[in-house]
Amino acid sequence: MNPTVESLRRAFGERIGRALVSCGQTIVYVDPGSVREILLWLKDTPEEDYDFLVDVTAVEYRDPERPLELVYQLRSLTRGAELRVKAELAKDQPLEVASVVPLWAAADWLEREVYDMFGISFHEHPDLRRILMWETYTEGYPLRKDFPLRGRLSRSEQVRRALAATPEAHYSLAELSIAQAQYDLPADMRERLERGERGMIPEPGRRDDG
Amino acid sequence: MGTTLVGQVSPNWITTRLDFLVNWARANSMWPMPFGTACCAIEFMATAASRYDLARFGMERMGYTPRQADVLICAGRLPFKLAPVIRRIYEQMPQPKWVISMGACASSGGIFDNYAMVQGIDTVVPVDVYVPGCPPRPEGLLYGILLLHKKVKGETMADPELRKERWLEPGSLRIPPRLIDELSEPFGNSIHQTRSA
Repeated sequence: MNPTVESLRRAFGERIGRALVSCGQTIVYVDPGSVREILLWLKDTPEEDYDFLVDVTAVEYRDPERPLELVYQLRSLTRGAELRVKAELAKDQPLEVASVVPLWAAADWLEREVYDMFGISFHEHPDLRRILMWETYTEGYPLRKDFPLRGRLSRSEQVRRALAATPEAHYSLAELSIAQAQYDLPADMRERLERGERGMIPEPGRRDDG
Repeated sequence: MGTTLVGQVSPNWITTRLDFLVNWARANSMWPMPFGTACCAIEFMATAASRYDLARFGMERMGYTPRQADVLICAGRLPFKLAPVIRRIYEQMPQPKWVISMGACASSGGIFDNYAMVQGIDTVVPVDVYVPGCPPRPEGLLYGILLLHKKVKGETMADPELRKERWLEPGSLRIPPRLIDELSEPFGNSIHQTRSA
């Protein structure tokens, strides 16, 4: 068991749930409302020094009673220690959690992927959009267990919607400005992006075209 | 020039001989536009490399610009997100143009019978030659290219449709929706899956 768990219990008490060791990896469950506070403590406490966010992902189990698990894989590059922090999100509650982008910039695209695939929304995320599926995708969140493997719509409707999507709209103007491409854009494409033509992103928890 | 001169007269001995010569040249100087998305692209690279040497069949130059290409080779699966991209690339190519669908995934969706994948690129762009395999060996792709040569050699300059550009409405379907649903019916393991599970 990673000694960090005991330090976490001393610092946060009730907000730290059960902890277990699986395949040599210490997993600690924390209160979803305090995720950012706890991760900030893990990052900034000199004795812990978990300075590297390896991954943010989520797990939904087949058992419908079990909550969704949000997984943060942390690593301390200075100490060579690893810790897996999990937060359980009940399915009957809004799937919301605080973003950790202010702590690690690496969380930006990882949280977008979790949002895209599981529909968990991250508060104060600077740019919470779909990342793998296209922006106008409304069939739902593909990695949820209630999502049928072939999607909700007929194949012809899926092809029609896919062809109607604008390929350029995957990028935001901010992303294009990083690539210094925003000045080379054709006028009509620039106008489309400035207008924010990227369709409506479905609200988390609401099922479209169900 | 050939089209305007010869297109007016009915096919005769001279035009058919001229067709033979012109088609021999056309078939052996096709410029591919590789659209490699997955493991088939690795086999495509092997085909283009020295051992199998695509250049023997006049495909010396890989045109990574659709406006200077004749053959679109879709090597690999096509996700829905790339469907408008391949449609645009295809429309940027000048007529006459051909499409080779390389591998099981490009031809039928392959093992990826899921929410993210186009079930056969023929629902998005017209396809001339389907090359089966997962992925096809370079010999398979070369055989497909030779079949395409055969097709090109059967064309005639007297055909007024040969160089006619056909535009599709942006975002419109190429084939009727009912046919797309029929083409992409579940098969294999997918037969036990339901769309509304």
